[in-house]
This record gives sequence, structure tokens and C-alpha cells, in this order.
Amino acid sequence: MEKDTVIGLEIHIQLSTKTKLFCNCNTDYVDKEANSHTCPVCLGLPGTLPVLNRKAVEFALKTAIALNCHINEINTFHRKNYFYPDLPKAYQISQHDLPIAKNGFLEITGEESNETRRIRINRAHMEEDAGKLVHLEGDGNTLCSLVDYNRSGIPLLEIVTEPDLQTSEEAIVFLKGLRSIVQYLGVCDGNLEKGSMRCDANISIRESDSGRLGTKTELKNMNSFRAIRMAIDYEILRQRRLIEQGEKVLQETRRWDEAKGKTIFMRSKEDAEDYRYFPEPDLLPLHIENEWVKDIKNNFPELPEQRKKRFITDYQLSEYDSDRLVEVKSLGDYFERASENYKNYKQLANWILGELLYYLGQENKDIDDSSVSPASLVDLLQLIDRGIISGKMAKSVFEQMFKSGKSASTIVKQSEFTQISDEDEISGIIDTVIQGNNETVQDYLSGKEKVIHFLVGQVMKHTKGRAKPDLVLTLLKERIDKIET
Amino acid sequence: MKRKPVINMNKEIIAYNNIDHITKLAKIRLGKEEKELFSRQINDILSFLRKIGEPDIENIQPTFNINTPSQHFHEDIATPSLPQDVALGMTEYHKNGYFEVPGIL
Amino acid sequence: MVKNREISVEQVMKDLFNHIDNVDSTLKAYLYVNKEDALIRAKEMDQKIKNNDIPFLAGLPVAINDNICTEGIETTAGSKMLKGFIPPYDATVVKRIKEEGGIIIGKTNLDEFAIGTSTESSAFQKTINPWDKNRVPGGSSGGSAVAVAADEAIVALGTDTGGSIRIPASFCGISGIKPTYGRISRYGVIAGTSSLDQVGILGKSIKDLAIMMNVVCGYDNLDSTSAETSIPDFLSFCQGDIKSLRIGIPQEIFSNDLDLEVKEKITDSINKILQLGGIIEETSLPNMEYALPVYYTIAAAETSSNLAKFDGIRYGLRAKDVRDLEEMYLNSRSEGFGSEVIRRILLGAFILSSEGYNDYYLKAQKVKTLIKKDFEKAFQKYDLLITPTSLTPAFKIGEKTDNSLDLILTEKFTSPVNLLGLPALSINCGFSTEGKLPIGLQIIGRSFEENRVLKLAYNLEESFKEINSIKPDLS
Repeated sequence: MEKDTVIGLEIHIQLSTKTKLFCNCNTDYVDKEANSHTCPVCLGLPGTLPVLNRKAVEFALKTAIALNCHINEINTFHRKNYFYPDLPKAYQISQHDLPIAKNGFLEITGEESNETRRIRINRAHMEEDAGKLVHLEGDGNTLCSLVDYNRSGIPLLEIVTEPDLQTSEEAIVFLKGLRSIVQYLGVCDGNLEKGSMRCDANISIRESDSGRLGTKTELKNMNSFRAIRMAIDYEILRQRRLIEQGEKVLQETRRWDEAKGKTIFMRSKEDAEDYRYFPEPDLLPLHIENEWVKDIKNNFPELPEQRKKRFITDYQLSEYDSDRLVEVKSLGDYFERASENYKNYKQLANWILGELLYYLGQENKDIDDSSVSPASLVDLLQLIDRGIISGKMAKSVFEQMFKSGKSASTIVKQSEFTQISDEDEISGIIDTVIQGNNETVQDYLSGKEKVIHFLVGQVMKHTKGRAKPDLVLTLLKERIDKIET
Repeated sequence: MKRKPVINMNKEIIAYNNIDHITKLAKIRLGKEEKELFSRQINDILSFLRKIGEPDIENIQPTFNINTPSQHFHEDIATPSLPQDVALGMTEYHKNGYFEVPGIL
Repeated sequence: MVKNREISVEQVMKDLFNHIDNVDSTLKAYLYVNKEDALIRAKEMDQKIKNNDIPFLAGLPVAINDNICTEGIETTAGSKMLKGFIPPYDATVVKRIKEEGGIIIGKTNLDEFAIGTSTESSAFQKTINPWDKNRVPGGSSGGSAVAVAADEAIVALGTDTGGSIRIPASFCGISGIKPTYGRISRYGVIAGTSSLDQVGILGKSIKDLAIMMNVVCGYDNLDSTSAETSIPDFLSFCQGDIKSLRIGIPQEIFSNDLDLEVKEKITDSINKILQLGGIIEETSLPNMEYALPVYYTIAAAETSSNLAKFDGIRYGLRAKDVRDLEEMYLNSRSEGFGSEVIRRILLGAFILSSEGYNDYYLKAQKVKTLIKKDFEKAFQKYDLLITPTSLTPAFKIGEKTDNSLDLILTEKFTSPVNLLGLPALSINCGFSTEGKLPIGLQIIGRSFEENRVLKLAYNLEESFKEINSIKPDLS
């Protein structure tokens, strides 16, 4: 019996506004002291009221437009009521039956299949983030838990897909595509590790014969693309095994345990809370005026797909290179900044996709944290083009640039990397070499032209490889020719 | 005026054994006697509230908001937050800059 | 007198605090008297006045209902849950009063979290009606009403969710206004029923109400439901006649449960209005009978959600010696809340639960639409509607504490007004012959038309001079 896997994703993106969703607290909370970014509103103090962040709505609209969604002209906020220490009001202000956007799609192209598929978006809704909990352990028990409300009230957009994805591979392609879009829109930095983009997955197995959808499980706690891929694959396998063994898949929420490499039971559907949703009386229905949407559309930023096409035509880059350069917006930005002063685009792309990404990967750094600036890279490439250093040397110079943060010119000046292009200096060395290799010189004069390369090699040896090989060859020939006459 | 009862008037709305579900939702602890008293009182009130089932509301839209003036927003400009000691200063249960609660497993 | 420098603000304050010392041990209007701070501010105000920098309120002594947050002053909402809670912020209304030179003289008692109509559910004390020491002052803003009625404050702020300003004003023989929903910011007002709560003013004269309206009304960017509607000079409506006013009186009010003496005084008022040249006719609000259950359904639902934040974590009562998180929640909330509040929370949790939402909550919001249509129709023909403020004058302490349903009925005429967000005012229109208890007349206007409400009230006040000369015996 053939079985399909059905995967739906629920993605939370933190909207990168300067202030929280319902108050003016600074959102710059990461790595800051606990409870230093709170106010009476986001602490849920008595009598305080929410006031919606216009920018957050704008960011939600941008995302919805990019995801080809229908914008609900009137959308409303609801209260989702439940108790948990990270939820200061004991309700989360969220959107329920009238979200800001619905019925969209995102097209993805499989990495291997190269086939384009449309993944439908069910809805996108705004809500507030909760605080963070830290658990103090001792004697194998949790002694107490600590609450930090800095994250409380950070604006989130939850994007829910239809169960249109079939493999973990597709899920990753979709997520990377989505991440790329939100980065291009400037609405989210899309960092899974830091939690500015979070993904839950609903997974079930469909029987091809009956077309019946099996019971779904929900996966949580996946903090990287790798974790998402592994968790989904694990869960698919787990469900298939259960079905093969004639057992039932139970509707439940499971969490990915990174250390154990498996999904672990969290709670069953029966334990699901009655959230007592009702319209938030402290906020009026949100009217999205057509003008607003039009205005956003008129000033819409370039999206990765458009940029890729532009890279192919404007810079004559290959589709493959363009794809790789545009996926992460800041990488594409890096390329474009460098390209302003450097016109050998292919060479530039090679260095960015080669050396730069290699060393960034080695140190697990983002392009934004690169110690080699676009100008610095251009400086290096120009040194090659001007013949000051060889391409091979440039690779060593780059390594030093990356590690020290110094410019190419500085490194080259301070070290033995400079090519010797001073004819007098090279001629002196040539004299020495000719004197020490009389037999070889004679062999050359007698017609064994190939031995000239041995002599070039000797000159290079003396200069520790810094002499310009073509210059050495010319000067050497001139010098020996003089001997003949 | 046209009237038709929409709610079944004989239905026991919130039975004694049902109150546990509600106290759990509302995080309220009741003793045995209180439980009996409260479920009886709440049932009495619900019987009174069932009057809203009398009028015909078949094609009537709910009115959640009374005065619907224009939308209010805040602009995306940060203002100072509360100093940490003020945020924490309303409870004695805090530790290392955090609010403290019993351990969650 | 203060503005004319006949008497210093400091002297006014000292006399006032002496009077409070004398009467409040019996009346128990105040939960907290802000004596020290008020005297400092009084001195500052005297200095300002000397320098001819006279703010609008010029040191006016204002009492604040204790569910309105005051920076640095304990704010309890009448609940054990918030004993010791000192907010680090002022409610917008408090801020405005301070900015205009008003002086906060204390925090007044109320039903716990403003849930109730008698001020008996306060966790701390029972406030006494100055007209009869065996009777309740009405509620929930009972402390504020008594403070004004017994001259312990010139004006007081209260809150009104289903009648909580108008009922105590009526029971205590003073005036109280609940302006249109959205007129006054709710920021810093501890929420009961967000969609119905509104701050209002209790005072002895209509002009006092208007003066305070000028200060506290207006758009606030901290409250999304606050209206941007322009603010008139409310004091300017306290003049002129009512000759062109069309007033409707709903026939539904004359039901069997209406106290005969209340009916009599309302009839007197109708005659008065006719004498003053007003046009008065009987009208009908057929769906008004559903207002009370609709109101109660919505109030319970929102209250249960609004009071969930009292979990003992960031502020407020936390139960001691708890084993785990669940016990912290259960014990803190059960210790912190009184039984009336718990009843309301449980009812509301049920109403919003998957079992109750469609049958109660959603239905109530639909029936509200019917009631709204009734009022809209009436207001096409009439500028104002009048009703009694409550079915009876003040009842006896303890008379209704065990009977929620009986208490609910107190709000029969006042709660529909909150459902529709309308402005309404209660004014004393006479006394019962038996017991000499004050009786209130309620004047209801169209949304944002406080002007007409104030005008009729002012005209009635002028012609009720005899009634207003009667004072409670405070000895």
C-alpha cells in the first residue's frame, strides 16, 4: 500500500519593528538584562491597555502581499485565555476568526527535481510573543523557574500553510524561500537559532488508495533547518512504522529532542486547553484601507526571485551562482556593494561563494559579521588584477584578512606577498642564477628551449616565488640572448 | 412580537460535576461545600441569563463594539522601559533580575 | 473662594481632613487618606496662586475610586488580591487632574473589583449610607458617593460598568455622570468589563460635574477605545432653558417591581420638566427587558478574562508555602478573591468556554444589537430618555448579599446604558416619605451628546433647590 506524507507548517516570525506590538518598549531585547525591556503594558499591570503598532501591521501586510494572500479588509483581535507564567495578562492577544490575511501561496522549486510547486498558505495572523522561562536545576530537580518578560509583546506573524508539503526536503526549501522573502521585505531577520523565526510542523500519512488523511501529530522545538529536517524524517518513519504494525497514530503534540535525536510525547489532544477565545474588547476591529495596501505595493522591495533574474541579466552570472547569492539577502547585498567598484562579476561571485562562504562557515558567522568588507574584498581582487599578488597568494592573503580584519594592502605590504616587478632587482637575481647554472644555459643555447623553465624556477626560488613569472621569462631570455651575441 | 425560545429551557446548564472543568479553567480552588453552593448559584444565574434565548436573533449580527471611531496606532518609536528594579519591585518573589515561580518540570 | 484668595488651599485641606477624621470612622468612605501628600501639594498650590499662576482646578480636593491607579499610592480595587499594590503609574484621568491643579485627597472604597451594587463586597470595610446608617450607599463606587455626600470631598471619580456611579449617586442623594464610552480614557483603570467600563464623576452640583468633565474627557493615545471626538466646554451647557428638548420616557419602566415612591418622584420630575417647557412623551424600548441578562453575560465573560492576570507572579497576593505552580495559581487566586468575584469569574469562564460561547456570549452580543436598535429608534424622536436610576432607594446592609439575582436587579435601568455606551446622569429628584431616602432620576443622551444631558440636569437642579437643601445628619 503506497502512502504519501502530508506536512503542514506553522511558522512564527518575529516582526523586526523597533517597538513591541502593543506598547512602545524597545524590541532590542536579545542578550539584554532580564526584565529591563518592560513597561506596565507588557508586564500586564492592572489598568493597562494595548495600542497597536502601525509598523507591525505594515510588516504583516508586506508579508501577506509577498505570499499572494487575500487581505481581510476588516480583521479583529481575540483573546486566547490560558495561564502560564510567561504570559503576563493570562491571555495572549491574537487573531482568530478574522486574521489579517488568508488564502495565499508560495511557489517552491525542488533542489533536485527542479519542479516548481505551489504551496498554499491558509492564513497569516498577528499576535504577541510571550516572555521567556529559565529553569534553575539542583539535585536533579527544578528548584524554581525564572521569568523574563523582555520578549513579552514582541510582534509575531504566524503563517500557516495548507498540508501541501510532502517531504522534509520540501519543507526546508519552503522555509528557506520564506526566510529569504521576509529578509528581503525587511520584516524579520529569519534567524532560527535565535528564535526570530520558529517553525512547528503537522505531519500525517495519507493512504493513496483511499486518499484518507491519517491522524496528524504536531512537532515543536526545532531550532535549525537541520533539526526540522531530522525531526520530520524521524516522525514520518515513526508514523509509518506504527501503521505498518497495525497501530494507531494518536493525535498529539511531540517535541524534537535534539540530543536524543527523536520526537518525544508532550501532550495529547485530550489535554488541549479550552482557550475561550473572544473578541478583544480593548482593541477595535482593524480596518485595512485600500490606499494603505496600494501604497505598500507601490513601494514594494525587490524579492529574491526578481533579484535572481536581475543578477543573471545584469551581471551575466549563472543561474546557479545567482540562486546562491540571492538566497540570503545580506549576501546578495554584499555582492552588489562590491560590484559597484569591481566589474569582473564572475570573479567576484567566485570569491564570495568560495572563500568568503568557506571561512564564514568555518567560524559559523553570518555575512553581516564578516571581517572582510565588500570594499576590502575588492581591494584584494584589484591587487590580483594589477599583478601585485598571484591568485594563489591571494587565497593566503584572504585567510589573513578574514582572521585579522586587516586590509589586503596592509597584509601584502607587511609581508613577503608582494610580487617583485622591479626589473633591476630581478636582473640581479638572473645574473646570479646564470652564473650558477652555466651548463643549463649552454643547453638552452644549443637549442633545448624547454630548460628555460628550469632557470625561471631557479629565479622564483631565489625570490621565494615573489617575482612575476612572465617578467622573469622575458628578462631571462633577453639576458641569455645577450650571451649568444 | 415573534418569539421563539432558542435555548432548551430544561437543560441543566452547569451540573455539579461540571464545575471542576470551570474551576480548572479559571484556576480557582473550591472546597466541597463551596462547590455545591457555587454551582447552585451559578445555575440560578444561568437560568436568569437564559432569557436572552427568547428574542428572534436569527438574522441579527452581534455588536461587539459600540462606538467604532477611527483606528488608533502607536508609532514605531521606542520610549524608555521601566527600570528593572521598578518592574520587579511590586513583588517579593524575584531573583537575579527575574520573577520567580515554583519550578516547572 | 480659593481663586479669590479668601481662603488658602492649605486651610481648605486641613478643614477637610479634620472633617474626614470626624466622620469617616463611621462612614468608612475612604480606604486611604492621602493627607501628608495632599497638604504638601496644597502649600505648593497656594504658592502658585500667590504668583498668579492659577491652574483650572486650583487645588480642588478630589477623591479617587480605588480601582483607578495612582502612582505611589496603594491601589487595591477593594480586593485582598491587591493589598499593598503600589502602581508605578497614574491612570490618565489622575494625571489630568494633577496637571490641572486638582489634589488627590484619598482612595475610596468600592465593591471588590467594582463588581456589585452596594459596596458590600469590598474586602476591607463596609461603607455606610450617610442618610441611614443601616443602609448601603449603593455601588460599586459607594465610597466615592459617600465621600461627596458627606462633604469628605468636593468631587470624586468613580467607575461605571452597569450603574456603578449612578446607583450610589442616587442612593446617596448626589449627582453622578457616566459619559459616553470612549469620552474618558480607561488607561490605568483596573478593568472589570472592558467594553462597558467607563470613568465618571460624582459631585453635589451639575456644574461640579461639568468642570471635572472639562478636565478628564478627551482622547488618550494609551487607550485604543478612546474617542477622538472633539471636547466641548461642558460648563457652557449649565445654562439656558430646555424649551426645545424632546424627552422620551420608556413605558417599560413602570413595571410591578418599581417602588411606588420612586414612581411618584419620577412622576414629579416629569411634571417639573413639563413646567420647564420640555416636551415629554411615553415611548417604548421593547427589548430593554433583555438588557440585564445581556449585560450580565458580557460582564461575567470579560471579567473572568480581565481578572486572570492576577496570578500572584508580578504583583499582588501570592499564597505562601505552595508545592508547585498549579498550587500557586489556585491558592493565590482563591485567597485573593472574595466570593462574589469568584462567582463572576467562574460564570464568565463557563460563558466563554466551548460549551457556553454560542449559547450565551454570542447570543448576548446579538441581543445587544436588538436593544441598540430600540434605542436608536427612540433617539430618532427624542433628544433624551429618562428613567428612574434604580427600582428602589437604598436597601439595608446585608439585605441582598446572599442573593446575586436580587442584586442584579438594582442595575435594571442603568445597565442598558452601558451596553450601548451612552452618556447618562443620575440626579436626586426627591426623598422617600418613609425613611427620607434619596431617589435618583436617570437622564440618558445620545452618544457624545452629554450637552443635552447636562442641560436638563442643570435645569432640574435649579428647580429642585428645595430638595437639595436637605442634608444628611452626620452626627
